[in-house]
Amino acid sequence: MWQDLHESLKTENFTVLAVAEDSGGVEVARPWIEAASPSYPCLIDVDHRLAALYGMVNVPQGVWIDEEGRIVRPPETAGYTDHFRRMDPVTRALPPEAAAARAAVRAAYMDAVRDWVRTGRHALDPAVARAKLPEITPEKALADANFRLGIWLRRAGREEEAMEFLAEASRLHPDSWNFWRQAADKNETGLAAGPEFWERVSALGDRAYYPQPDLPGF
Amino acid sequence: MAVVLTESGAFTIAAKDGLYVSAADAETVTGWALKPEGMCRDELCVPLASAARRGGAVDLAAFWRKLGNPVVSDRGGEVWVLGTGAESRADALAGLAAPDFSLPDLDGEMHTLSALRGKKVFLTTWASW
Repeated sequence: MWQDLHESLKTENFTVLAVAEDSGGVEVARPWIEAASPSYPCLIDVDHRLAALYGMVNVPQGVWIDEEGRIVRPPETAGYTDHFRRMDPVTRALPPEAAAARAAVRAAYMDAVRDWVRTGRHALDPAVARAKLPEITPEKALADANFRLGIWLRRAGREEEAMEFLAEASRLHPDSWNFWRQAADKNETGLAAGPEFWERVSALGDRAYYPQPDLPGF
Repeated sequence: MAVVLTESGAFTIAAKDGLYVSAADAETVTGWALKPEGMCRDELCVPLASAARRGGAVDLAAFWRKLGNPVVSDRGGEVWVLGTGAESRADALAGLAAPDFSLPDLDGEMHTLSALRGKKVFLTTWASW
């Protein structure tokens, strides 16, 4: 998904760094990475360590980091939108205007990244960036520990016990789609997008599944 | 034996009665050393409750909770996670220095965020699910 962006900026002092939040590890991530054949690094994060460090709750989220290693845009939705909620439940087709709007948002996000790389625009002042940092609560920190244990148990083949800890992680941190979808049953296409997923999305009501960043074109 | 999962990795160490471990193992796993005044790292010492110190052994779970960190274990008390507390996480982010990490690529080669210092980085997540 980021190959064009990375290519278009390859003469700049810039890189995409993509991280798969995938407890299944290399074997589940490999087909996706090989199909994309990216020229930027693609890393595998079995324990969702990155999400814990940065307070990330969904994919894809992006963090912009400057040359000094400073966060200039904290985690935010990276080019995805809630238009999928208008998908036909049977055919999975999206109304054409929704598909067009979704594509426009994705393009606007890519343009914003390019703009930042070339001009520094859209980097937030430290006070603004700080105010946009996700709040890390004791419940979330405990959720991370439960998730880590659940994933370890799952990888050790102790699925039933693993589910207890993965469920506890979701209970403690219900806003983490990462936790919930990683634990959930997969549908026939390998996505955690079965009926329970759609029920959870419906339960959001007016809240966004993919909250939109404060950038031009959004 | 117990498996202890921390930020720095997984350790298999001898443990009894929960997570009472030798002082040497406690230091290997956490970086904190047992001294007469408590558990110490650099100049800082944290007193231990008398129940958390038995002979030469330390109740690592009790110590870790005392630091304000979460501790979770499996049903059998054989696998433990010594997590990172909310305050540490939030403090690390509040300075806006991007928290560092090392993760493997498909070939198992490790990549470290801080090695990219000097470049702008668009760090992004995805997943197969």
